Amino acid sequence: MTSKSLSNDKPVGVIGAGNFGTVVANMLALQCKVLLYARDEKVVNKILHQRENRGHAIHENIQPTNDLAQLANECDVIFPIVPSAHFRDMMKKLSPHLHPYHILIHGTKGFDITLPEGQTLQTIKKLNRSQVKTMSEVILEESVVVRVGCLAGPNLAKELAAGQPGATVIASHFNEVINLGTRLLRNDNFQVYGNSDLVGVELAGVLKNVIAIAAGALSGMGYGENAKGLLISRGMVEMVYLGRALGGNTTAFLGIAGIGDLVTTCNSSLSRNFNVGYRLAQGDTLETILASTDEIAEGIHTVEIVKKCADYYKVRAPITSTLYQILFEDLTVKQALQYLMRYPLNVDIDFM
Amino acid sequence: MEVVEKKNKNRKYKPILDGIPDWPVYQLSKNRKEFIEEVAQKSFDRIKQVRPTTKQVIEELEATVYREQQRMKRNRWRVDAADEPHFWKTIKDELLLFTTKTPEESKIKAEELLLRITSRYASEIAGDFKASSYKITREVIKFGFGRLLNGARVKKFGAFFRSKYTLRDKIQIVGKAKQLRSLATHGTVVMVPTHFSNLDSILIGWIIHSLGLPAFIYGAGLNLFNIKILAYFMTSLGAFKVDRRKKNVPYLETLKLYSTLAIQKGAHSIFFPGGTRSRSGMIENQLKLGLLSSAIEAQRNLYLETPEGQEVRKIFIVPVTLNYHFVLEAPDLIDEYLSSKGQSRYLPEQDKYGSWQLIQFLFKFFTKGSNISVSIGQGLDIMGNYVDDDGRSLDAQGRIIDTKDYFTTDHKLTIDKQREDEYTRMLSHKIVKEYHRINRVFASHLVAFVAFEMWQQKYPKLDLFELLRLPEEEQVLPYEEFRATCKRVRKQIYKLKEENKVYHATHLKGKIDLVIRHGLENVGIFHLKRPLLLNKEGNIITKDFNTLYYYHNRLAGYDLEKFI
Repeated sequence: MTSKSLSNDKPVGVIGAGNFGTVVANMLALQCKVLLYARDEKVVNKILHQRENRGHAIHENIQPTNDLAQLANECDVIFPIVPSAHFRDMMKKLSPHLHPYHILIHGTKGFDITLPEGQTLQTIKKLNRSQVKTMSEVILEESVVVRVGCLAGPNLAKELAAGQPGATVIASHFNEVINLGTRLLRNDNFQVYGNSDLVGVELAGVLKNVIAIAAGALSGMGYGENAKGLLISRGMVEMVYLGRALGGNTTAFLGIAGIGDLVTTCNSSLSRNFNVGYRLAQGDTLETILASTDEIAEGIHTVEIVKKCADYYKVRAPITSTLYQILFEDLTVKQALQYLMRYPLNVDIDFM
Repeated sequence: MEVVEKKNKNRKYKPILDGIPDWPVYQLSKNRKEFIEEVAQKSFDRIKQVRPTTKQVIEELEATVYREQQRMKRNRWRVDAADEPHFWKTIKDELLLFTTKTPEESKIKAEELLLRITSRYASEIAGDFKASSYKITREVIKFGFGRLLNGARVKKFGAFFRSKYTLRDKIQIVGKAKQLRSLATHGTVVMVPTHFSNLDSILIGWIIHSLGLPAFIYGAGLNLFNIKILAYFMTSLGAFKVDRRKKNVPYLETLKLYSTLAIQKGAHSIFFPGGTRSRSGMIENQLKLGLLSSAIEAQRNLYLETPEGQEVRKIFIVPVTLNYHFVLEAPDLIDEYLSSKGQSRYLPEQDKYGSWQLIQFLFKFFTKGSNISVSIGQGLDIMGNYVDDDGRSLDAQGRIIDTKDYFTTDHKLTIDKQREDEYTRMLSHKIVKEYHRINRVFASHLVAFVAFEMWQQKYPKLDLFELLRLPEEEQVLPYEEFRATCKRVRKQIYKLKEENKVYHATHLKGKIDLVIRHGLENVGIFHLKRPLLLNKEGNIITKDFNTLYYYHNRLAGYDLEKFI
């Protein structure tokens, strides 16, 4: 069994001082000391002197750092929360300092891809599971750490920061990790659930970003709640099929990380992915959208990867592939919608 | 023309420990009585932990008695002890008296009965290693096999008594033999071989001896002890008995503790983690987790119980694959596999081979071609990390890591059953991966794989069972086409080898026609119905689809189907 009291002098590590990372650090700081790693020294200084980052006030228990080795040496428990595109690089740098006693719980909702030499994501036709990895798989591949978990669910950073009621799910093969994560994160406004289907929960968190873009697009077209209800339920079915093809179980998609997160992101203009869809529908191009934001919307990347996985595993994924055409080919949102509304499949639920 | 295997580099190894009295297994058998008592007591404690109330213990006892009596009624074997019915009858009678007892009396009596049962099981399971009969067996195997080999191969009068050929020429040992020897001095080795044939245990026994290692203990299916000749060999090689008919909690706990404690005491062990022989001919991809978890548990106990300052003995997992051209039981194994896959009816484990068939097979084996090779994989720690020759665990970047850290929380050693279950699962994945990596492809595997896949491709609409029902005499593969496909698949095997995903025998190289010939001559060589042959026109035919499927399966799991 894990010990009941976490020794107070040992800080917990958070890697990545982005929006979500900062909020998680603040939540952890309610229970224990936190070391927050930022890649950029300017951010470290800002946190240190102004006690502020990305509009969030920084809790006094948080100490910023620029040194991964220090973080790994001082913390047994680490929450890596960096964009999926940088995740493997970060792990490579962190790995030499990690030991089997470390516990890593990541909060990144995206895929890692490894391509054959000479290929890019744009040129490769199809992707299979040996090329597409979830973050927990990256951790296992790159380090000796085995006690790995993930944080997923409807966690809009701004609402969490405001202390509004919310919940998250911690998924891990190890009860030890779930219990520990629960103890660290749970507070009066924040409920924590456990799930043992690590990959399923990770996939749910990643795949919902695709549907979130679609929801934004519907909203940008000015459509109402009927359309959204349609999208969420069909989007859910599509996620289940894709998720199963990629190695998750159906049940993970019915929980907090699946339907919980899906409903939240599809209804929220706070979500980056939702925003991308919204602006696309308003007629902006992908280039202008990308140029105007400094935060990465994981969903764009995900659409591209998931479409190519669906092709490889021969999964029917109409929403994902039309989104792909909108983002990377010259289909308009309007045309896409017409196509989807005429889509000939009409069985409601066939995956249970 | 015979395709000659590259000159065997196998050399003779000196024993790593001087005398048998130094061997851990000898120490174990010297203190046999105490050891059995310890096993019985600890499994008693364990069962008390999972069944804390007297009521639960009584229920467990009743269930055990019931199952044992059912087993004796339905499925009694020659090796079963004669006093069995009496023993269980007594327990049952005493259980019946419980209704008249006070709770305190019941508790005492129930515990006494439970301990009696675990003690019985412990001594039933226990092996009895005897130095004298080990030596005899070793000499018999060496002498007997040596005579057979020389008598058959060197066709001259008097050759019977020469020593031109030894087992070493017949059985190739490749891979990390030297590391294995080193690991056996640094810690406790748990060898995990693939399991295709009943001969495996004898083969492994010989290999361990010829590498100069002390005898290993291993769990052998009790059914094998029905065959007297095997029983003698196995007992003297350090086997303990595993009775797969007994599924009751006290038995399973006792069995697991026997193995855990033996490893903990430093006895090198062999597990066949696939559980039983591979029915399909495929390399195992699902392992039995029970025995593997005992290795992990033993390591954790060693960390917990070794006094501070003393070096903790490490446990090393060494995967081994056995590569055959021919598996004696293949036709029956594949039959069982197919009928269980076709319709999931229960198939009792039975062995149609008595001592006589075994001797016949051995004679054939030693007098004709058909070599065996044994690949020894790199050692792993109990978490599946590679270890160096000194037994230090390495991470993927070659950094030395401390295995103890896997068992700590907040830098304190903790016992977490769920965590260790998960570790066992991870270890089993790693072992399966290593099996595929160190597997040595023979020409016979190649031809069987290619031929079967070609037939399958010819009838894309048939499922496996329909395909196997095709009349064999009508099926012919044109040689040229077959040859081209073999070449293609072989090329892919080379590629896989470069990527470190499989090995192949040296005889797989060279002119493809010779390789095919070698393969055809050897695949399932002693079966009544040969799985692959050339017909008069020089094309490929089969006499038995089922066994062909069996030998084909050896190369399943490498995605080679695409290259047909």
